[in-house]
Amino acid sequence: MGTFDIALLLSGQYHDWLLRGLVLSLQIAATTWVLAVPLAIVIALLRLAPLAALRAAGTVYVEGIRNVPLLAHLLFWYFGAPELLPEGLKQWLYAGNVEVVSAVVALTLYTAAYMAEDIRSGIRAIPVVQFEAARALGFGFLATMRRVILPQALRVTVPPLISQTLNLWKDTSIATVIGVAELMYQAAKVESATFRSAEAFAFATAAYLTVSLAITGLAAWYHHHYPARTA
Amino acid sequence: MIELVQTYWVYFLVGQYPNGPLGGLALTVLLAALALVLALPLGVVLGLARISPFRTIRWPVTVIVYVVRGVPLLMVIFWAYFFLPSVTGHKTEQFSTMLIALVLFDGVYLAEIVRAGILGIPRGQFECARSLGLGYWRTMRLVILPQALRHMLPSLVNQFVATIKETSLGYIIGLTEVSFIAAQINTQVFTRAPEVYGLLALTYFVLCFGLSRVAYGLEQRLVRGSPVRPAASTVTAVQSLKAPA
Repeated sequence: MGTFDIALLLSGQYHDWLLRGLVLSLQIAATTWVLAVPLAIVIALLRLAPLAALRAAGTVYVEGIRNVPLLAHLLFWYFGAPELLPEGLKQWLYAGNVEVVSAVVALTLYTAAYMAEDIRSGIRAIPVVQFEAARALGFGFLATMRRVILPQALRVTVPPLISQTLNLWKDTSIATVIGVAELMYQAAKVESATFRSAEAFAFATAAYLTVSLAITGLAAWYHHHYPARTA
Repeated sequence: MIELVQTYWVYFLVGQYPNGPLGGLALTVLLAALALVLALPLGVVLGLARISPFRTIRWPVTVIVYVVRGVPLLMVIFWAYFFLPSVTGHKTEQFSTMLIALVLFDGVYLAEIVRAGILGIPRGQFECARSLGLGYWRTMRLVILPQALRHMLPSLVNQFVATIKETSLGYIIGLTEVSFIAAQINTQVFTRAPEVYGLLALTYFVLCFGLSRVAYGLEQRLVRGSPVRPAASTVTAVQSLKAPA
């Protein structure tokens, strides 16, 4: 193995590979986040809806997704799901970057299930009289949620959502199994091209850790500046 | 789909066993159970170290916990896969590699569960035990840990579910657990990918959902029949520890 060659990481071809992987990982995480948060809000509202059928749909989604490992989701969305599409759409998908699309779909559905539960418990932390007062004043279910409950629930919900964002960041690494050229994939590629596993993995570890600590720091900052108010 | 199940169910459940190494769903469950059993003592030690009165013990362990929680499990597996051979001198097989990575990773997560469990025992219990003349270790072993572990039971079952899901990453280093077997079946039948992976997902679902119901049942029983109620803050502290992917 020899000495640790830091120059390998600071410039040159392998540096570019790793950096490109890091950028793609960040892009996947950001895209997934933007798609997952609205989906999670919808599912959380389904879970709290006045209609039993809507609540059941929400529960089936959350339990169905959370009890299956992300790897199985990725395998299904990459190898399985495209086969079910009509021929024309399938050709179009395979012509583009099907790995990244599958990864974003799987990650979005997976992350949204976890985020939905955090949002739901945030909403449930708001005393039910708030809801009743708003309804008594003539707001409908959605208007009550939007104007009364959600703004208050936000403070309680943001810290667990940040911790889900951290999980999402770490989960992007699993996309390597379907050949998405993200950070973990590039680290393995550099490793097999140079046999310098220590350097390649040190770069990936440092990158994952830096982003994770930044997210953890953000959570601490939020907790300090916007502590949850207990009613 | 029926004939797919009929042809491959034995392979799916146990891999090539009796004619080869154990694999499939049996290996998944075995690996997860073994990892959790071995991670528990590590978790208790790390958890105690995290709340140790000595900062020379507390700080290094806190750093380890933050580092391991800040990187993906896959990263831990890769380090184990490429570095264990260079440390031990001979090639480590996939099962031990995966087991070591899981024990380390789970140990760190369990440490946080243990820590929350201990902090949830009212302080009076600790003070009583000390004033009765028990030392720190005997207080922990005879008074605090038995109560804390009882409150942690639902979290432990949830951690088992998380560990079962984590074993799927063995696929990447070629461990013949159930996801790997599903991929093998998929290459053999080739045109049935949605069904094969749908069945894989269904298998995980039945296993994990069943176990999480067990955890829920335990939680309900604990709430009803607990001699010492955990402080409200612990329940939230334990619940806020999200299981890793």
